[in-house]
Parts: sequence; C-alpha cells; structure tokens
Amino acid sequence: MSALSLLLSPLARLGAAVLGLCAATGRIAIFAGQTVSHLARPPFYTREFLHALFQIGWLSLPVVGLTALFTGGALALQIYAGGARFNAEAVVPSIVAIGMVRELGPVLGGLMVAARVASSIAAEIGTMKVTEQIDALTTLSTHPMKYLTLPRVLAATLAVPVLVAVGDAIGIMGGYLVGIARLDFNSAAYLRNTVDFLEPWDVTSGLIKGAAFGFIIALMGCYYGMNSARGAQGVGRATKAAVVAASVMILAANYLLTEVFFSA
Amino acid sequence: MIELHDVHKAFGANRVLRGVNLTIPKGESMVIIGGSGTGKSIALKSILGLVKPDQGQIIVDGQDVDKADRDAFLARFGMLFQGGALFDSLPVWQNVAFRLTRGTLKRPKSEAREIAIEKLRRVGLKPDVADRFPAELSGGMQKRVGLARAIAAEPEIIFFDEPTTGLDPIMSGVINDLIREIVVEMGATAMTITHDMSSVRAIADRVAMLHDGVIKWTGPVAEMDASGDPYLDQFIHGRATGPIEAVR
Ligand SMILES: Nc1ncnc2c1ncn2[C@@H]1O[C@H](COP(=O)(O)OP(=O)(O)OP(=O)(O)O)[C@@H](O)[C@H]1O
Ligand SMILES: [Mg+2]
Repeated sequence: MSALSLLLSPLARLGAAVLGLCAATGRIAIFAGQTVSHLARPPFYTREFLHALFQIGWLSLPVVGLTALFTGGALALQIYAGGARFNAEAVVPSIVAIGMVRELGPVLGGLMVAARVASSIAAEIGTMKVTEQIDALTTLSTHPMKYLTLPRVLAATLAVPVLVAVGDAIGIMGGYLVGIARLDFNSAAYLRNTVDFLEPWDVTSGLIKGAAFGFIIALMGCYYGMNSARGAQGVGRATKAAVVAASVMILAANYLLTEVFFSA
Repeated sequence: MIELHDVHKAFGANRVLRGVNLTIPKGESMVIIGGSGTGKSIALKSILGLVKPDQGQIIVDGQDVDKADRDAFLARFGMLFQGGALFDSLPVWQNVAFRLTRGTLKRPKSEAREIAIEKLRRVGLKPDVADRFPAELSGGMQKRVGLARAIAAEPEIIFFDEPTTGLDPIMSGVINDLIREIVVEMGATAMTITHDMSSVRAIADRVAMLHDGVIKWTGPVAEMDASGDPYLDQFIHGRATGPIEAVR
C-alpha cells in the first residue's frame, strides 16, 4: 500500500460509514412513510392492533412503574443534596415533579419500553421473515406492513404516552415517599408544592415526547425485523440493532423536541 | 398459462437462475425436478413476485406479473412453502382459514372453521388438530397444515414446494392423490417441486428439470424415461456418477 492510500484509507472508511448512515436514514424514513400511508388505506386489522396494545401498553406497566418509582426517589435525594447548598431544600417537590414529567418520565420510560418492546418486535418479525411467514402473508393477500407494522406502530404511539403519564405519577409518588420518610417534609406541604408549581404544558410536552418515542420504538422493531438477514444469527443482529437504534433515536429526538419546546 | 422468458436471478456472485424458459399450460400439472440448491424454490417465488428477477419476463394469462394488480393477482394463487411457513401465533384452523377470516373473502367464523376442518381432513388430519398451535405438531403434520392452507380458498393456480418431503409413504400417497384431484376436479394449474420420483409419476402431466440455472429438459411425463437426456437419466435413476457432479 502506498503512503497516500494508507493516509486516505481511514478517510475512505469514514466516508463509507457516513454514506451508510445516510442510506439507512433514508430507508427508515421511507419505511416510516409507508407505514403511515397504510393508515389511510383499508383494511385495518383491529385484532392485531388490540393485541399489540395489550402487549406494548399493559404488559410494560410494571417495568415503567418500577423505573419511575426508583428514579423519583433518587431524584428527591439528589435535589435535596444540591438544594441544601443554597438553603433551597424547599424546591424538592416542584423540581422532582418538573424533572419527572418533562424529562425523566418520558426518556427513562421510553428507554425501558425500547428494551422490552423493540427487541421483542424485531425478534418476532425477524423470525417470521426467516421462516418465510412474511412471504406466506403476502401470498395470502395480506400486506405485511398493514398486518404487522401498522398495528404495532399505532399501538406504541398511543400506549407509550399513557405509560409515561402513569410513570410520571408513580415517579412523583416515589419522590414524595422519600421526601416524607427520609427528608422530613410535611406531607400536605409536599403535595401542595408539587401541584402549585406544575403547569399543564410540563405534562403535555412530556406526553408528546412519549408519543414520539413510542412511534420510534415500534418502527425500529418492525424495520429491523423486516430486514433481518437469514438464520438465527440474522434475527439476533436485527434484535440488537433495533434496540440500539431505538435508544439512540429516542435520546436524539428527546434533545430535538426539548429544543423545540424550549424555544416555543 | 404461466410463461417464464429468460429469467435470471443472482445472489451476489451466486448466479442461481441463468435464463429459465418454461411454459405451464392452463389446467395442467407441471412438476419441477432438479438437484438441491439449483433454484427451484427461487423460480416459484419469482413467479409470485416474492423474489425480484434481475432480468427476464414472467407472464401469467397474457399479463406481465410486474404490471398486474398485486391483490387481484395474488388472490388467484395458493402456495405451500418448503418449510411450511405456518403462522405460529395462530392456532391451526386459523392458519388454514387465514384468507377466509379477513379481507375480501371474509366469512362468518363458524363457517371458516368448518371449511378449515374439512381441508384438514383432506390432508389426513383429524379435527382435534384444529385448535392446536403449529409448534405442537410434527414436521410432517405442519407440512400438511401448510398444504391445507394453500388449497383452502380454492385457488386457480397452486404451487407446492416439496409437498411430500418428510411424510410416510402412505401419507405421501394421500397427498399425491389430493394434488391430482385438485388439478383434475378443480381444473387448477399446479406447479410442484419434488425430489420423490414416485410423486413425479403420480402427479405430473409434464416434467421440467432445472440444472445449472436453466431448464435442461421438459416434456410430458410419459416421455421422461425415453428422453435420452443424460442429465435427466442420471437424475431419475439416482446415479452418483454422470454429467451432474455430486458435489455442488
Ligand atoms: N435469500 C437468499 N439470499 C441468498 N442466497 C439465496 C437466497 N435464497 C436462496 N439463495 C440461494 O439460491 C440457491 C437456490 O436456492 P433454492 O432455495 O431455490 O434451492 P432449491 O432448488 O429449492 O433447493 P432444495 O431442493 O434444497 O430446496 C441456493 O444456492 C441458495 O443458497
Ligand atoms: Mg427448495
């Protein structure tokens, strides 16, 4: 290898990686567009939708609830520790509430659901792909996007905001429990402080984030499942890729949405 | 009538189909034979549009499949996949009646279930199989459920990818008779892939042999034994030596 090509090969590799990322982004955008377009074209598979709603929404409640509970508790301790430096311990209830509903509820809830749901969707659809079940669907006059993707994406987009709302409430309760038991807050004062400083937009913006994250989670699961390579290894890689992509996209989307809400 | 004109398909450097030309007359039973890995399944899938050929034309009843309305086109087909491809989230009867429980052919649940049980009976399965899940069945039973699903909506054109592989000789006989019956009674056009020469003789009107990406020989089943084609002769007699290499 000449000195020049040695010098340029990392650049070439970087270029190839960037191009690959752009191509993948384009493919995912097209996939998302196709999914949404099926919403307008019948038939709609109600049974699949309700099944997905149960799987994604109801069965994720425990994990989202527990995550929120412990996060709310830890948050109360941290804010107390920080606030004590400015003699501002009284802000604990309102900061816990605001931090929970605007940021931690949606993000941590979204990441937990991504781990649970994006992986299971990718594994399920990936297995269907490698065992020719997707081909079989097509030959039975059923569009795989309509039958598999749309119900899951729609269910996740609707269910995750609800999960976030439940998580918000449980997280605030976690902060409250720690505040009462460990930090000697007065119960009534803590609750009043929480309610007084929380604005509707705090909650709404968090729920909007939840909907966006839900969309991302199911979309990534379906996309990587549908594009799974052959064999058990292919399904394994698809599952991993779905969780990684969903998590990174949730964090990126979270920043973008926060930026938009911040300037609005 | 199904026509394939100069169909090519490659996966990377693996050139699987290299100019397949084949005509399947309406209402006839065509059997495709050929070594393992020669592209028989890919040929069937390219007719259905599940695999996009790199080159060539596929015409069904005078219409190019690329330009046909997909839904109307697929509604005429039934396919048994080599691996069964049953939906493992659904019980057996819902697999068989899949087309009948949703979409344009939707009918009442009890009626769909009855049809499913009747089709299961035709492939030699008892009604108590109906409520089990595919994962609870043996390989041969799964194959037969796949067969029942392929014929459930009484399609005009049916593809069977190795319908008797993994079945005992008696059940193979039952399935061979069933395929023959579907072609004769329902007037369906059938394309069957099989490695079982007794199945070939029982099912086929015409036989085509795929080798090296092209159709090496095709003709009526009666002419198969006297073809004089060394490839076909080696294949039907199962000789280890001849023009076809054993290591491919
Ligand atoms: N999705 C795919 N990606 C890459 N290669 C493939 C794919 N599907 C099939 N092939 C290759 O195409 C060739 C033909 O496969 P095909 O399944 O059509 O064989 P076949 O004639 O049906 O064999 P068998 O009798 O064993 O079922 C094989 O070499 C296989 O490796
Ligand atoms: Mg095959």
